[in-house]
Amino acid sequence: MTSGTISAQITDYAHRADPYPLYAELRKQPVRREDDGTYLVSTYYEVRSLANDPRLSNDTSNRPPGYARPGQPAEETGLPPSFIFTDPPVHDRLRGTINRPFGPPHSPRFLDGLRGELAKVVTELLDAFEGKDQVDVVEDFAYPLPVTAICRVLGVPREDEPRFHVWADVLASSLDPRSGDDDGPEKAQRARQELGAYLSDLIETKRRHPGPGMLSALAPDMTPADLEATAVLLLVAGHETTVNAITNTTLTLLRHPDVLERFQKDPDLAVPIIEEVLRYEPPVQFVPWTTALADIDVAGTTIPKGSPVWLMLAAANRDPRRFEDPDRFDPDRKDNEHLGFYTGIHYCFGAPLARIELHLAVPELFRRVKFSRLIEDPPPYRANAVLRGPRQLPVAIEGLTA
Amino acid sequence: MSADTDVEVLRRQGRIVVVGASLAGLRAAETLREKGFTGSLTMIGDELYEPYDRPPLSKQALLGRARPEDTALPRRRDIDAEWRLGVAAADLDRDAKQVRLVNGDTVPYDRLLITTGTRARPWFHPEEAALDGVFVLRTRDDSARLYRKLTGGVRRVLVIGAGFTGSEVASACREHGLEVTVAERGPAPLVGALGGVIGAVADRLQRKHGVDLRCGVSVTALEGGDVGRLRRAHLSDGSVIDVEVAVVSLGAMRNTEWLAGSGVAAGPRGIACDAGCRVFDVNGIVTDDIYAAGDVARSPHPLFDYQFLALEHWGNAVEQAEIAAHNMICAGPDRRPHLWLPMFWSSQFGVNIKSVGVPSLGGQLVVAQGTLAEERFVAVYGYRGRVIAAVSFDGAKWLGFYEQQIASGAPFPPEYRSVDRRSETLQPIESAFPDPHLPTHGPTITLTGHSPSERRVTFVPSHA
Ligand SMILES: Cc1cc2nc3c(=O)[nH]c(=O)nc-3n(C[C@H](O)[C@H](O)[C@H](O)COP(=O)(O)OP(=O)(O)OC[C@H]3O[C@@H](n4cnc5c(N)ncnc54)[C@H](O)[C@@H]3O)c2cc1C
Repeated sequence: MTSGTISAQITDYAHRADPYPLYAELRKQPVRREDDGTYLVSTYYEVRSLANDPRLSNDTSNRPPGYARPGQPAEETGLPPSFIFTDPPVHDRLRGTINRPFGPPHSPRFLDGLRGELAKVVTELLDAFEGKDQVDVVEDFAYPLPVTAICRVLGVPREDEPRFHVWADVLASSLDPRSGDDDGPEKAQRARQELGAYLSDLIETKRRHPGPGMLSALAPDMTPADLEATAVLLLVAGHETTVNAITNTTLTLLRHPDVLERFQKDPDLAVPIIEEVLRYEPPVQFVPWTTALADIDVAGTTIPKGSPVWLMLAAANRDPRRFEDPDRFDPDRKDNEHLGFYTGIHYCFGAPLARIELHLAVPELFRRVKFSRLIEDPPPYRANAVLRGPRQLPVAIEGLTA
Repeated sequence: MSADTDVEVLRRQGRIVVVGASLAGLRAAETLREKGFTGSLTMIGDELYEPYDRPPLSKQALLGRARPEDTALPRRRDIDAEWRLGVAAADLDRDAKQVRLVNGDTVPYDRLLITTGTRARPWFHPEEAALDGVFVLRTRDDSARLYRKLTGGVRRVLVIGAGFTGSEVASACREHGLEVTVAERGPAPLVGALGGVIGAVADRLQRKHGVDLRCGVSVTALEGGDVGRLRRAHLSDGSVIDVEVAVVSLGAMRNTEWLAGSGVAAGPRGIACDAGCRVFDVNGIVTDDIYAAGDVARSPHPLFDYQFLALEHWGNAVEQAEIAAHNMICAGPDRRPHLWLPMFWSSQFGVNIKSVGVPSLGGQLVVAQGTLAEERFVAVYGYRGRVIAAVSFDGAKWLGFYEQQIASGAPFPPEYRSVDRRSETLQPIESAFPDPHLPTHGPTITLTGHSPSERRVTFVPSHA
């Protein structure tokens, strides 16, 4: 393996099912320069410290010309960047505003209030397994739940889902720094524009006839453009990350029958199992959109000002200097401070919602469904290297309990 | 006694006595057991309660969001100790290796850990201090009594002293809708800990929240009515305020009196110990069987010119206790230094304040992120060309970075670009401490390592 090619290998689909040997290779050099001047950081303490370093910017306009600018809205979409692609003070202002209807201290019961309905969705989805001997965990279970959840959170009609599903997919792929085809950026731009237009109409309606959900709650406090950009972000994130988290948990448990057996006897194991999956198979594998604002010394290397930096969360989560026997899936792990939801000011906004969904979905799935085997292992993966997860997870099942 | 010389015997069947059953005492006890100490463990505390947490006493508890009796410290593990609660240690006999209690009992030890902490400095005039309506705030009972009073129909509260505790009390009063006057001898709130520049921000914050803040004055007398109830307070500028409640927040005094005559280096500034928590005797010779940790301890810190620092910080108590416990039961070469970077937090008037390092050493500061005017910022303090401390208002997530800057002796003022930096060049300004501390020599030390067990001191050439 020669230097300068590793980022290409990471994005190469051939490694999607098991990128971990590549990450192990990467960790041999915690901070690594690629030929195009991109720096890959792959060890736990270094990733964590950079994620909390004010000299690292998420604002992709700080990238020197010529580098990929994932997520950067083309000027023509007319939308400001969503808040993951902003720095403070803009970031803090937006996130602070958005947080008000979403969680404590202002709305401590908002997410809790969704539990009942989401539990019902879980039950309905599982009821539909009745009489089948094979299901696709993604299509039949892991995808519909988060989509319903994010629609409820935002106050977006669930019926419109088939329309924005396509846009969300395209936008999620655009986070991948080397997303395949050449017209990728234009497609993403168009998708953002169209999704934006859809949401803009919806927001306008909400302004006139407020209803439940964050869009209505936020409409009086945000400019239409900021709210639209935020809605695009949350809708896409709600589509693409929790799906992978639920699917990865299912796959991991089916691959570890010993843990599964313990789990079926002791449902309380859900908490450490879910946290361990977030470490072991994080839904966001790396963050390829940060830029150094100054020369930064890390682990004996200086990342020069202006360099694009990739923070390799999934590699850091398996750093043997931080986690004992890191390639082992071990729900008994103590002190599991994984970076599965990132860290610092950009720590996953949706983490509390994702945890609620996982805790509703995973125990119930394994309580009710008697699995017999994975039909394909590894399953087919999505193209995306950043938001990594199976495209389908076909499994044979032997029945359903009430 | 073999337990003195043979660490293995000590670990198995030694007698360890902890005086001061609070945060540091409990964490030390837990660490001892975690590290395999199976001998006898005695916890001596003069309060009636098992260890509880103090930070909520001036915050959530005063707001009614937590009951003081619910602040018991969570236990990390069973410590299998003999608890002697409600009885103070009266003195220490180093020759006989025993602690004598106020009830006359004696408790022998092979290793002694002193974690007697501090107490609130009382109002200087005992008769006035005894008036009904005059409070201090240090214990669970103090907090419960004050809460009852604040919610029992009073109108105006006087807070004497605008340090962290006083400011938190004032903030709680405002949340209860009470009128509150804060009297501070210095030029601004928090000025002793953070200096005048940040003090000015705290000043604005208090006034914005309706506090009647009076700086540069002291309270000269508290006056009672016929039935011994507080009625009014007299200030040094001649003004008089009618008040029913006064909260005396004039800092803390170290609980070392019981050690007088014992021959250990204990006094009003704390108990001097080395970086391994071993207590010095009055000759400056280190003992090997007596340790100290928490608010009562004073130890030299390499990053701060080896000055003896006594810190009244929650996190310091925890880490120092863990180091002391580790060192008490291991052989010399395995001992670890307490190289904690000072850190504390406070919440008041809706703002989260956090600090790392030692701001009071920093003669100058720059606002590295955010702005003072928005009350959302990180200020970095400099000392002889290096970063020595950082303070954030609603920006705690950044402090880990500045902690690393302090530990690695990064140059001051910082020159790099960063997110949310509002000015092109960072012009240092005087941080305006009332009594600037002028240290003597330059930085030659950095800290390395991610955890206490890895942390080491490295000498580096001075930045000068
Ligand atoms: C109201 C309040 C708010 C605070 N807020 C914060 C905050 O926001 N952030 C922060 O970092 N820190 C805060 N602190 C400081 C923090 O609580 C202390 O640093 C911490 O309690 C120190 O623990 P310790 O065990 O060393 O001492 P202490 O908690 O003081 O415990 C010492 C114990 O020893 C007992 N004792 C004393 N003498 C004897 C004797 N002779 N015999 C037997 N027992 C004895 C005492 O009664 C006491 O129980 C706050 C403190 C108070 C009082």
